[in-house]
Amino acid sequence: MGSRPEAVAPPEIFYDDDTARKYTSNSRNIQIQTSMTERALELLNLPKDGVPKLLLDIGCGSGLSGEVITESGHHWVGLDIAPSMLDIALDREVEGDLLLGDMGQGLGLRFGMFDGAIGISTIQWLCNADKSFHNPHLRLKAFFTSLYKCLTNGARAVFQVYPENDDQRELLSSPAMKAGFSGGIVVDYKDSPKKRKEYLFLVCGQEVPLPLPEGRTEDNDDSGSETNKTVHVLDRRRPWKIQKNNKSEKGREWIKRKKEQMRRRGDDVPPDTKYTGRKRKNHF
Amino acid sequence: MRLLTHNMLSSNIKGVVNGFPLRIEAEKVVEKNVEMNGDFLKKMFEKIEWKAFVEASRGMGYTELPEEADSSMLDSNEFLNRFHHALLELHLEEGALVCPETGRRFPVKKGIPNMLLHEDEV
Ligand SMILES: C[S@@+](CC[C@H](N)C(=O)[O-])C[C@H]1O[C@@H](n2cnc3c(N)ncnc32)[C@H](O)[C@@H]1O
Repeated sequence: MGSRPEAVAPPEIFYDDDTARKYTSNSRNIQIQTSMTERALELLNLPKDGVPKLLLDIGCGSGLSGEVITESGHHWVGLDIAPSMLDIALDREVEGDLLLGDMGQGLGLRFGMFDGAIGISTIQWLCNADKSFHNPHLRLKAFFTSLYKCLTNGARAVFQVYPENDDQRELLSSPAMKAGFSGGIVVDYKDSPKKRKEYLFLVCGQEVPLPLPEGRTEDNDDSGSETNKTVHVLDRRRPWKIQKNNKSEKGREWIKRKKEQMRRRGDDVPPDTKYTGRKRKNHF
Repeated sequence: MRLLTHNMLSSNIKGVVNGFPLRIEAEKVVEKNVEMNGDFLKKMFEKIEWKAFVEASRGMGYTELPEEADSSMLDSNEFLNRFHHALLELHLEEGALVCPETGRRFPVKKGIPNMLLHEDEV
């Protein structure tokens, strides 16, 4: 699919009839989208009680991801901004209900209705300002706040993402945490440039350990696994300003917070110990 | 769009306090058979706003749902069948959803509601 479609044009323009058709018939693409959706569903960890669940598919496109949901026996509602992609979904007679909408405008969905949400290769689009009146921060905020609202307590949301760099990881995850989610970024096949995949893993109203990534190499030491054991919620009742002001001090708390941020992005960070942020002795 | 989805959707226009339920203007309704799953229906029954659901089903030309319902009715197969049919088998193909507060129409074409907001509605 080339690199970074979101750098080319707004989604509803980029995914025109032609691109939408090619996207959906390219067997390599089908395979990749399908396997990433399977992984996202695994991370959702839905109760295996045999009762179909109701899921949201954000940026559902032509339905490649939704079809995986259907195959796993669940109902879904899909949202996408590109009419051409939705047209193909109709041609393919997907089972889910489709909505034409912009996630950056927030989701008009009622409180506590959905058992989970996925978004495959889609939310990085929100980092762009495609219209003069677009503000990525506000759009991400509107999106995550409304998403948080429409999920049941304990539900998870998993977004496979292609972040460009750490700033973008932060741009994506920080509004999610501020909306009340806990979670972080799970990086599968970290050391393989080809297979490496990132998932923004979010939990609504509860704290659970960050799932272990797939394809970790043997020589990943303990600090690596530690990275994936703890997640923290940013305390949203704490005024954001105050958190920022602490930056000037750079004490132990600041270091711990920075390390936490890096963990959320999926970086390898040594565990916090009693030595963290301690003043070094002057040896000479 | 099925009534399942209609029952979760609300108008997201800036300043609107109660954008639920969207009023249905049906021009074309189609039916598609789906297999019934009692457990799913029971779970959805707890989440559905019944009054809005009944009203919506009438807007789609289906009048077999009781005005009021409580969970004991889920033991009746006849009730389950009707609930199932209205929730999952009726599709609004063409028409519109209307914001109860502002009257703004969200058109529905080929079964897809267009929920995109204008710049001044965000
Ligand atoms: C790479 S496709 C993925 C489609 C589908 N999830 C799949 O796995 O095949 C990305 C989709 O995100 C959609 N998208 C981008 N920005 C969006 C927005 N602001 N609101 C809703 N959908 C958006 C695009 O229209 C496109 O269909």
